[in-house]
Amino acid sequence: MTGAVPSYLSPTGQEIVFLLLGAVTVGSALLVVTTRQLVHAALWLVLCFGALAGCYLVLTAEFVAWVQVLIYVGAVVALLLFGIMLTRAPIGRSADLDSGNRVVAAIVALATAAVLVTVVIDGFRTAYADLTPGRGAASEVGSSLFRNWVLPFEALSVLLLAALIGAIVLSRTDIRGR
Amino acid sequence: MNAIRVLAAPEPALPNVQSFGHDPLWITIIKAVAIFVFLLLSVMYGVWMERKLISRMQHRYGPNRAGKFGLLQSIADALKMGFKEDLYPSKVDRFLYAIAPVILVVPAFMAFSVIPFGPTVSMFGEQTPLQLTDLPIAVLFVLAMASIGVYGIVLAGWSSRSPYAVLGGLRSSAQVVSYEIAMGLSFVGVFLFAGTLSTSEIVAKQASGGTWEVLGLSIPMPSWYVVMLIPSFLIYAITMLGETNRVPFDLPEGEGELVGGYQTEYSSSLKFALIQMGEYVNVFVVSAVSITLFFGGWRAPWPISLWEGANVGYWPLLWFFIKLVLVFGGFIWVRASMPRIRYDQLMAFGWKVLIPLNLAWIMLVATVRAFRIEGADRTALFTIAALVVVGCLVLFFRFDTVLQRRRETRAEELKQEFELLEEQPAAGGHPVPPLDLPHYHGADRKEISSGIH
Repeated sequence: MTGAVPSYLSPTGQEIVFLLLGAVTVGSALLVVTTRQLVHAALWLVLCFGALAGCYLVLTAEFVAWVQVLIYVGAVVALLLFGIMLTRAPIGRSADLDSGNRVVAAIVALATAAVLVTVVIDGFRTAYADLTPGRGAASEVGSSLFRNWVLPFEALSVLLLAALIGAIVLSRTDIRGR
Repeated sequence: MNAIRVLAAPEPALPNVQSFGHDPLWITIIKAVAIFVFLLLSVMYGVWMERKLISRMQHRYGPNRAGKFGLLQSIADALKMGFKEDLYPSKVDRFLYAIAPVILVVPAFMAFSVIPFGPTVSMFGEQTPLQLTDLPIAVLFVLAMASIGVYGIVLAGWSSRSPYAVLGGLRSSAQVVSYEIAMGLSFVGVFLFAGTLSTSEIVAKQASGGTWEVLGLSIPMPSWYVVMLIPSFLIYAITMLGETNRVPFDLPEGEGELVGGYQTEYSSSLKFALIQMGEYVNVFVVSAVSITLFFGGWRAPWPISLWEGANVGYWPLLWFFIKLVLVFGGFIWVRASMPRIRYDQLMAFGWKVLIPLNLAWIMLVATVRAFRIEGADRTALFTIAALVVVGCLVLFFRFDTVLQRRRETRAEELKQEFELLEEQPAAGGHPVPPLDLPHYHGADRKEISSGIH
């Protein structure tokens, strides 16, 4: 994880691309909540997830990057769009997209961001990731996941299974209550 | 790093992941342009071949006016589309309407960058594999590209502001997302056998089958995964029809119900040509993936492979091309012989048949693979496998009895209803869906109940 810390004053091409992708991620995330067009908000979310996948690629985490594209871009936002279009998806601007809670929401978002940024900065400080290509391939991620992180992995899969069954029970009207 | 790469450099004939990324720029450009031109020509003559072959299967001639055997028909069509007026229907989302065909086409072309066409060859004095690039997770890259292509479909449908187009786009995206799961699962067997997700290494692993030591005999195993993993391949063959919206899963373009589906409003201009091209390139992508994963990639089939020079130099391009034509011919054959299936059947088939079958098959393959590991704890493995099988059977019978009971009550209710209707034909009224759903008039309108529901 740690290596010799190079100077910050002469960034490499990799670091510049990483910073630019980060800027795209944050910018498109802001546009998701500020745009006045419902479907465009979902598309900005696609750009946000895509740029995040780009960040992973720059960090040589290829497996995570393409899984991010496959799951978040390919399935999650596609289903989101699907849901919007099944209910209502007007072309053009909508007037009623502002929430009454937007001040509170902004404060919560900023507070969350502040907590995360402080934790990351405090945790890693000048740690410098060694970006050797090939570490992010499926076998490395798999062995790390199933050797060191198997308990969180299993807990998450049980959680997802519970959510899945819950969604089915909620959406089916032919299951009577007892 | 470079030292490691040099040490790991393989014999020149069989490329692996490490043999990529050393090409000079001009070689990369040559390969990229060659793939692009190959795909453009394939689309043009793919359309011609499909029209010709399906005509012959239906006892007619098909295109035979432009050029010998109608070979120039596609060129005539392309020219016509190029000279058509580029219409924008009023009130469409102009930007998305224009960009949607591009989103459909570009990922399809990009997926071809990881398809291996041949071994390492000498191209203008440079040793280079006949494949644009390879990744340690190349097969995942193909799936990711397919899932980005869905946006082209859904946005083309939505931005044209037409009910048929929206319905076609929704159907198509739901179908592609569902079948992609089954498709990804049918790759797992190949990954378990090959031990890698890189396309060039999967092809290399299919060079020789190895042997299976059982009861003191060594049985040579077939080298193509289509033989060892026939259930995986059959499921993949079905999902590749679903993934590309081809017959019998072409509901999104069901012309009887939805005119042309998501492409209804794209009136034969260059944008329509792009959509058509995207669909055909997608067909070629899934065909090329099936060849790479199940049919030994660019390796020559058995009688030809006895010839020493079959798998060296540029010859493998020919074997790959022949396999591609045969798989594409299979698509056309299916189209000529199958009717379109109903949408709920499509979804039920994808989720309730293909995915559970696939999971069971993966469990079986993984168990067999685990048994063959040297020094594996076989008793523990056997116990776990037995527990899983028994657990699945218990769950299945539990659900089966509940379902059976539910079916019987339902039949009983129906019988009573019919008896009631025999006596009083107007009882209960005619079932009518509520006609004032907010869906039809916008969300602001208050719903008026029809009184029956």
